[in-house]
Amino acid sequence: MTGTPVIQVDGLTKRFGQVTAVNNVTLSVTENKIYGLLGRNGAGKTTLMQLLTGQEFATSGSIRVWGEHPVENAHVLSRVSFIKESQKYPDDFKVKHVFRSAPWFFAGWDADFAARLIEDFRVPLDRRVKKLSRGQLSAIGVIAGLASRAPITFFDEPYLGLDAVARQTFYDRLLADYAEYPRTVILSTHLIDEVSALLEHVLVIDEGRILIDEDAETLRGSATTIVGARAAVDGFVADRDVLHRSGLGGLSTVTVTGLSESDRAAAAAAGLELAPVSLQQLVVDRTSGIPTELEQSA
Amino acid sequence: MDESRPIFVQIAEQIKNDILAGRMAEESQVPSTNEFAAFYRINPATALKGVGRLVEEGILYKKRGIGMFVAPGARQRLITQRREQFQAEYLRPLLAEASKLGISSQQLAEMIAKEGVR
Repeated sequence: MTGTPVIQVDGLTKRFGQVTAVNNVTLSVTENKIYGLLGRNGAGKTTLMQLLTGQEFATSGSIRVWGEHPVENAHVLSRVSFIKESQKYPDDFKVKHVFRSAPWFFAGWDADFAARLIEDFRVPLDRRVKKLSRGQLSAIGVIAGLASRAPITFFDEPYLGLDAVARQTFYDRLLADYAEYPRTVILSTHLIDEVSALLEHVLVIDEGRILIDEDAETLRGSATTIVGARAAVDGFVADRDVLHRSGLGGLSTVTVTGLSESDRAAAAAAGLELAPVSLQQLVVDRTSGIPTELEQSA
Repeated sequence: MDESRPIFVQIAEQIKNDILAGRMAEESQVPSTNEFAAFYRINPATALKGVGRLVEEGILYKKRGIGMFVAPGARQRLITQRREQFQAEYLRPLLAEASKLGISSQQLAEMIAKEGVR
């Protein structure tokens, strides 16, 4: 399924001195899908989102949001919400001031929805922002991100310090409100298992490069772990794309991608056991860099 | 939801199981994709894909402006489909395990008789 692209990025690179945080990224974001931007710490997730929201200048390459350049472009940025892990507020701000000023920045702000979320997350309105706990601070970000109903909403690790109940509340409210008011959501996270069912599309970034840009359902079940006697496993995976390899005595465990139905039947006939791989495990295997080292030593 | 298989496939299976078990009667309305999405905590597009697959298979049908309904004859068709899958999904793994354990076909027949097919 293809839809209208809202963001188009071509050959995007961002360098900080010697460090290349985003390296020649080309991608397209389709309207009204929920994207997961997954990757390890320092992989380039935050820098990429800062570039897409005009908060950083690209070293090279191009970014178009609704066909326009985002930097200092109020027409674009008034319809974009970016919830950062480390959002700063004026020193004397109380929580209620944050929500009172939010409609100035977000054209689609829904004050009633915000009020319901404030109750759900039990945020103390009269407390000074700088006195809040890490979790309460995250809750403010989550509420602002949801109630802004921006056509493009970025959540950068929005759940730091949120307990399991609050995270579940966030996922439930996000899904319910998205169903009623479809919009493009880009969620960066480490908690892949928790959010993976919410995602329609997955972007995996590692060392500034996009490793995976794929429909979430296509990815699920795309990798398989094969377990069996070392010789039989090695024979079976000889020409395949190996993601991960480990062994124990005469037993070998290898994760590969792209098995067809006939491959599966052949593996079963050879006495090999097949186990599916979760999205989280797939991302870990693709970004850990371990398979290559093991292959060299094997 | 099982994280290692496409979720739309699992949603479709779940609805089929509900129809087979009689929890969703023929000609009754099934929940909307947004209700499925909220209940299973999945992306609405994924729920839509699962329901869409059942429409393609003729298990569900769409009444314009009202919603999705279980097709007449859906239960019988599912029973036929499942019987065809029974051999591949249950019988062959059973025989493979039996052979690994050195259980002969006669011993197996005795075990089945003892359990009693209802």
